[in-house]
Amino acid sequence: MNPIPVESLHKTLSDQSLQTAIYDSTARLMLKRRNAVTPVPEFQELRSQANRIKQHAIENLDYYLEQLEQNVMRRGGKVVWARDAAEAVGFVRTLCKDKGVRRIVKSKSMTTEEIELNHELEKDRIDVVETDLGEYILQLANEKPYHIVAPALHKTRFDVADIFTKELGVEREEVIEKQTMIARRVLREKFLTAEMGITGANYLIADSGAVVLVENEGNARLSSSAPRIQIAVAGIEKVIPRAQDLVTFLKVLGRSATGQPLTVYTSFLSGPRRPGEIDGPEEFYLLLLDNGRTKVLADKNKRQSLYCIRCGACLNHCPVYRKIGGHNYPWVYSGPIGAILSPQFHGVTQNPWLPFASSLCGACGEVCPVKIEIPKILLELRSDITKAQSTAGGGGLERFAFRLFAFVMRRPGLYRFLTGLAPRMFPGKQGEWLRDVPSWMKWGPVTGWLSQRDLPPPPEQNFREMWRVRQRQSRPERQRQSSEVR
Amino acid sequence: MPRRVSLFVTCIGDQLFPHAGIAVAEVLEGLGYQVDFPEAQTCCGQPAFNSGFRDEARAVADHFLKVFEKADYIVVPSGSCGSMIGHHYAELFEDDPAKLKACHELEHRVWEFSKFLLEVAQVEDVGARFPHKVTYHDSCHALRELGVKSGPRRLLSQVRDLEFVEMDAAEECCGFGGTFSVKFAEISGGMAGAKIASLQKTGAEYVISIDSSCLMQLQGRILRLGMPMKTLHLAEVLASR
Repeated sequence: MNPIPVESLHKTLSDQSLQTAIYDSTARLMLKRRNAVTPVPEFQELRSQANRIKQHAIENLDYYLEQLEQNVMRRGGKVVWARDAAEAVGFVRTLCKDKGVRRIVKSKSMTTEEIELNHELEKDRIDVVETDLGEYILQLANEKPYHIVAPALHKTRFDVADIFTKELGVEREEVIEKQTMIARRVLREKFLTAEMGITGANYLIADSGAVVLVENEGNARLSSSAPRIQIAVAGIEKVIPRAQDLVTFLKVLGRSATGQPLTVYTSFLSGPRRPGEIDGPEEFYLLLLDNGRTKVLADKNKRQSLYCIRCGACLNHCPVYRKIGGHNYPWVYSGPIGAILSPQFHGVTQNPWLPFASSLCGACGEVCPVKIEIPKILLELRSDITKAQSTAGGGGLERFAFRLFAFVMRRPGLYRFLTGLAPRMFPGKQGEWLRDVPSWMKWGPVTGWLSQRDLPPPPEQNFREMWRVRQRQSRPERQRQSSEVR
Repeated sequence: MPRRVSLFVTCIGDQLFPHAGIAVAEVLEGLGYQVDFPEAQTCCGQPAFNSGFRDEARAVADHFLKVFEKADYIVVPSGSCGSMIGHHYAELFEDDPAKLKACHELEHRVWEFSKFLLEVAQVEDVGARFPHKVTYHDSCHALRELGVKSGPRRLLSQVRDLEFVEMDAAEECCGFGGTFSVKFAEISGGMAGAKIASLQKTGAEYVISIDSSCLMQLQGRILRLGMPMKTLHLAEVLASR
């Protein structure tokens, strides 16, 4: 059970240049989304449609996964089922050993981040290279992705200049286009010499056995066509029933993620190269990963968490993410979606603070292209957590406080008596907000509040006292008084 | 048509911002309504609900249901408490058909103050005068759970001598979030800071909201930063003459 990472949060919140980088980058992405969504009058209907398709696919997941498997095999691909990260990684390591793979090019995949694939493969001295520019920068810097879609969101071009100079031994370059050319030069060589390409998958189409990849840089296309062996790693929730369903998702994904009507490349991988084809891999594997997903599936209220298409819009619009960034979240999935996925995958007692680190503003649910009710799930998780803590004998003080709260709030007489005491006990001048309080008042919530804000004093008369006085007066008298006050 | 409304002033309104509640009554009485304040009212239960203590929230919600059982219209000067009652009570009584029915009936009787003025009383001009430059903060639950967006702006647009200026981050959260504001004080303060930076750019003297809790957060932070801006509940602007 991990407590709130107060120090790490403080470090992020007090780093002014990092704060600016996160806030400005997410503001740009918010604006881009808005500009891309506004001209599409049917956007809300598309969200509902996407939600319904996902709901249907998830409710019938067993059926569609089997259909997918058959169709992938029909096209000459192999389907591998992995129960957890160890099985998934084990398969890839064994395959590399059997096929003599020394170099792997990878395109961006959160699923492979989830199972820490690179780290495991490096143990076998395999050269694993991330080919998405953002991911490549982070691989050089030895960091985890900061954001689902924009992994290097927190890095400025000056940071990138530092990283390239240090890790690649090139001359310092601060112009973004030129930095891109440096990466491109290095990566082209890797693409041409890698024996294996590993990609993720945005969608798996059950009725045609195709893996769909959505990207902007063309590196996923190269990773999946240049090397001899290809593996697509995907969570089992990525399956959609029919090719025509894809239209709905492509319309919402690009707009929600980066504000693009459509991303630059949309690739359909359908098995290995067939006779007569000039490119494509000789061997094709689809690695389907559970790793906790079936556990989420079992909960009827929260299984909608599996609808996520990893667009990152909830991160960009989350005022908490925009303050604390990606690395304060305990898992590779950050932001609101990370806050609901992590507890469900790892158990609610693992990082019990996480679902509470939200003001429940609802901006995430408002922009989610598949309409996951993130705030509602956060609330359910909070309830699950307090229950789990109670069973484990923890969280006693807060539980006691809320029992007391409920006890008082159901007894108007007691409520009136206790709240009537407040103004008499409160220090300071009437009407003046407080910057500090006497030490007997300094406990949890008060200290928390005062650490950031001044505290309003209870007024001399609370509402019900004012009301009682007011009721005794005649209407004209009241009006005269109220205009005098103003 | 009943011309009688019951006021649920909210616990925060009762204990910390009574003038906003009085202003609600003044505006409603000015429109010819008879305002009733059921004395047995306390809190809607949201603090417990949002903190994951559903049994405790249910107990408080049950009390609310009893107190307001007979009310035709319940006016609430808060989007957040209004949404708790209108939307989340039903989640609490999912397994209790009788109470669930009562919650669903309640949904049509609970009105956030600005929504009540526009949709039930059907007025935009309540005869107010407020000679100041103001901006409006969209409180999250009012905006996203109750769909309150243009209403308060329309009401403000009818106020005499009032100059309205929109802020660029009107829809961004103030960072309050109930116990979030004290459990994650530094994040909460940072969020208020981002909001205040946007407020500041407008040059407004007052920031107006329909939720006292957002205003408490913003006013507390504004004072801490030593800024001159003030906060005010919409009802208080509409009650000004």
